[in-house]
Amino acid sequence: MLRIAKLPIAIFAVLIILFPWVAREIPAIDHYTDIMVFVGIYCLITLGLCILMGYAGQISIGHAAFFGIGAYVSAILTVRFGINPWACMLIGTAVSSAVAVLVGAPSLKLKGHYLAMATLAFGIVIFIIFNEEIEWTGGPDGMSGIPGLSLFGFAFDSAEKYYYLVWSFVILAFIFTINIIQSGTGRALRAIHASEPAAGAMGVNISKYKIIVFVYSAVLASLAGSLYAHYLNFINPSTFDLFFSIKLVIMIALGGMHNLWGAIIGSGIITFLSYEWLHYFEEFEVIVYGAILLLVTVFLPNGLVGVPGIVKGWFRR
Amino acid sequence: MNPVNNENVLEVQGIAMSFGGLMALSNLNFQVKRGIIKGIIGPNGAGKTTLFNIITGSFPPTNGTIRFKDRPIEHLKAYKIAERGISRTFQTIELFGNMTVLENIMLGCHTRIRPSFLASGFKFPQSGRKEKQILERGMRILKFIGLNDKFNHLAENLPLGEQKMVEIGRALASEPELICLDEPAAGLNETETHLASSLIKAINAKGITVLLVEHDMRVIMNISDEIVVINYGQKIAEGSPEEIQNNPRVIEAYLGSEA
Repeated sequence: MLRIAKLPIAIFAVLIILFPWVAREIPAIDHYTDIMVFVGIYCLITLGLCILMGYAGQISIGHAAFFGIGAYVSAILTVRFGINPWACMLIGTAVSSAVAVLVGAPSLKLKGHYLAMATLAFGIVIFIIFNEEIEWTGGPDGMSGIPGLSLFGFAFDSAEKYYYLVWSFVILAFIFTINIIQSGTGRALRAIHASEPAAGAMGVNISKYKIIVFVYSAVLASLAGSLYAHYLNFINPSTFDLFFSIKLVIMIALGGMHNLWGAIIGSGIITFLSYEWLHYFEEFEVIVYGAILLLVTVFLPNGLVGVPGIVKGWFRR
Repeated sequence: MNPVNNENVLEVQGIAMSFGGLMALSNLNFQVKRGIIKGIIGPNGAGKTTLFNIITGSFPPTNGTIRFKDRPIEHLKAYKIAERGISRTFQTIELFGNMTVLENIMLGCHTRIRPSFLASGFKFPQSGRKEKQILERGMRILKFIGLNDKFNHLAENLPLGEQKMVEIGRALASEPELICLDEPAAGLNETETHLASSLIKAINAKGITVLLVEHDMRVIMNISDEIVVINYGQKIAEGSPEEIQNNPRVIEAYLGSEA
């Protein structure tokens, strides 16, 4: 039976709570809390991608679009209409869900490469809209002056405060996703991945489940986008380009897409690489990502979470 | 088993299926009485699996009607047909290989009991209750097919004979009124074939109508109440096992005519 151990989750939650306290004391890593905010934001997206790609077996190379829709809905509604940021976040998820249903209903009928191409094209279209609808989105210059978040007069106005906010979202999304995976819904998703004819014959409404999981992943990406916009107070389209979609796929491939922990590990490593450790490579950074993706697909098909299993295999021999 | 009454649970009326120019089935007619085991035989390529795929909704027929309990089903999707009460196994095993034996059977329950997405995510009490029900039913079925000690094995790691059993168990989990078994004895050894035969009889004894495609003549002649013979997509004979064994057209289809 698929059961995800509770103890590591508890330990992880404690580590997340303690992290800023430790980072604060060590000057060399005191800005890591800020980076961890972004890790959390990307974790939200990759958790959704993980259940979509790793469990249900549906590929998406367009999730930057939902991240962007969340961010732009929040930005436009707060800056141009002065609507409450939390309401914008909700409206963002509603818009993303609607778009996910419209895009997903026809394209999730496609398989393999074709689904990949459809989602890729979708990502590019949304990216073009962000660039060209200057009246609304500010075009390539982006939008500034997006307000921060506050709750009952408590403003999340520092990296540390925002860190706890973002990671609360991540932990909640993590638990929700685990519940899904361990339920009949998760079983149905894995069944679709393993054999669509058999899943259908056993009463699984395949298109409905594909759309539900696609919408769920879009909602998480959209929430992440809103959190991103309200944290940076500034967005521009280049954040939501095709390369970001691919980076998301690299994150879950590196961590291991058949395991939710893979999403968290992968997001952590790739985010730290791009924000901190890869500056030496400058414009050659892309090559590093390419190399990672190549090495992982060849040597670690189950990602980093598969490593313990490989090591165990060595000892058994 | 004797038919409970003369009510037809399934009626195949004028079914035709063409793939491009190839006529896989043409004007096929037969009925299945409730509570019997009906065998379908025919040489390779006769259209038996195509017929199963149409009955269980993998694709709609080019022409004709399938009536299940007096309602047409040929236009329905596979999952709808499963809800109506028809379940199946596959000729080439279609188990969920990366799931355990128990999980495979539990997925079979999906037709009857399933929690909603939000109820699962938020862990509403009802989703826990449903999961418990599914688990209990899954274990009951595992006991019935005699694999309860292997519940935690990955399905892909089982030997072929047991995989076939799990497929039958998974089909049973949806509480079907009609179960379509596509070559349940193919690739099995003597003992396993015997086991499969008695399992099919036991399923039938529960009142489930069985539609059986099989190449093993001993199995089909031993356990079927009635047999339909298909050749080149057309019915060439129908009747009791004795009638079929002595039917000259059937003998010709299988052995070729005597020049």
